[in-house]
Amino acid sequence: MTAMQTVTTTKSETRKTQTRVATHRVCSVLVLAVSLAAAQKTIPASAKKDTSVYAELAKAPKKAVARPNPLENDPDAAVAGGKLFELHCAECHGDMAEGGRRAPSLLAEPVQQATPGTLFWILTNGVVRRGMPVWSKLPEPERWQIVRYLKSLVPAGHSLDDGRKSPDAADMYPTPPRSSWEPAPQ
Amino acid sequence: MNSLRFHAQSPRVIRTLLKLRFSSFSLFLGVVFLAGFASPVQAQESPYIVTYDHYLEEPGSLEVEYFSTFGTQRGGNDFVAFWTEFEYGATAWWTTELYFDGQTTFDDSTLFTGFRWENRFRLLQREHLINPVLYIEYEQTSGADKILKEVEGHDVESDYAVPNALARQEHDHELEFKLLLSSTFKGWNIAENTIATKNLTGGNPWEFGYAMGASRPLALKASVNRCNFCGENFIAGVEMYGGLGDRHSFGLRDTSQYLAPVVAWNLPSDWTLRLSPGFGLNDNSHRFLLRWGVSREFSGFGETIERLFGCRKP
Repeated sequence: MTAMQTVTTTKSETRKTQTRVATHRVCSVLVLAVSLAAAQKTIPASAKKDTSVYAELAKAPKKAVARPNPLENDPDAAVAGGKLFELHCAECHGDMAEGGRRAPSLLAEPVQQATPGTLFWILTNGVVRRGMPVWSKLPEPERWQIVRYLKSLVPAGHSLDDGRKSPDAADMYPTPPRSSWEPAPQ
Repeated sequence: MNSLRFHAQSPRVIRTLLKLRFSSFSLFLGVVFLAGFASPVQAQESPYIVTYDHYLEEPGSLEVEYFSTFGTQRGGNDFVAFWTEFEYGATAWWTTELYFDGQTTFDDSTLFTGFRWENRFRLLQREHLINPVLYIEYEQTSGADKILKEVEGHDVESDYAVPNALARQEHDHELEFKLLLSSTFKGWNIAENTIATKNLTGGNPWEFGYAMGASRPLALKASVNRCNFCGENFIAGVEMYGGLGDRHSFGLRDTSQYLAPVVAWNLPSDWTLRLSPGFGLNDNSHRFLLRWGVSREFSGFGETIERLFGCRKP
């Protein structure tokens, strides 16, 4: 093989490699773009069936629902849970758990009537398809502390000690808020 | 000997080193400043530097991280490799990250070595005994990249002894896949990552590697008051990682292996600090790697950007 042929072959191989790399790049970008679009648009079938923000509470298994809070009688649990709520949850659920643009009120009746075990189950598993991440990265006792705090809140519409009414999700949002928890209307 | 070499390096190299590291750190600080428009939020960050657990970034949150690795080098010069990382939670099941890498080799030079774009997809909606996450990364780096973010194939210490001027001429375009498996039980996190990498340039075979880790917070219950030094803010553990050869020669032969204790300090002021001294377990490994990192998470970054560009009313 002459030197000229060698150079031509090398150039050709380089071009092939470049083409292959470019194709791989384009494919990667396309796959990710499609995924991004799907992430924004897709509404799961189960969400279509029941669009209530609080529907996930009903999905907790019986065993989880029946679990008692081991820190129920810990006098510090609610205070420590309040600190954890402020650090990890208030950004989406609001400083007073009244709900926000991204997540619903935790003062609402379905949450306040849920058993501690149900709330613990939701915290542990999240509601991934609606934007709530799993919080099992917090150790179990910390999750129970948060549950204890949530159960210590005054439910929506009930009177506070000073006679004022606690915030109510329905009052704050006459029309349901568009949040990552709730699918967009079709 | 190596420390003597470090002290003996020329002022010009020190200036270059400081300049690039300052640039990289400035980039980190600049983004932290911009992200300051979003609300900082305390994260419960894992202490791992190489291993991934199954926890993704919270949706709409941006985590800005700066990491540094000091490595000893037999038959060459010690080095400091560093990278800035931007991790964004696109959804609760998808996190995307962009890395910019650089390195300084003592008595040699300082250079930018490339970028990486990684994506992690949570495969199951709920928590299970073992939680799988799919990891896909595209990286475009030069042969001088030394961040050792993952060890795969037959990566050995001597590969890193090549002078920068030569090593930078090699350009790698790699696709990397990982299956991340992770469990959390009684406060412990156990994570295992299996790595498969294909270099798209040339006819390189698939290369394999692994990383695994275990960690636990020092206290499982939160204290009543906000505090910096409470046990709940510290997570300690250990990680082990190394290569598993390639398609033609799978196994531990001619691979490097590391064991590294890790600790993370999640400060109530929204910052996380990580430290990890790593030790080579065989003659193919760097004897010592010292890694540290600093990160800050900003919640609602996505919304802030939408507001800035007028997509959403404040």
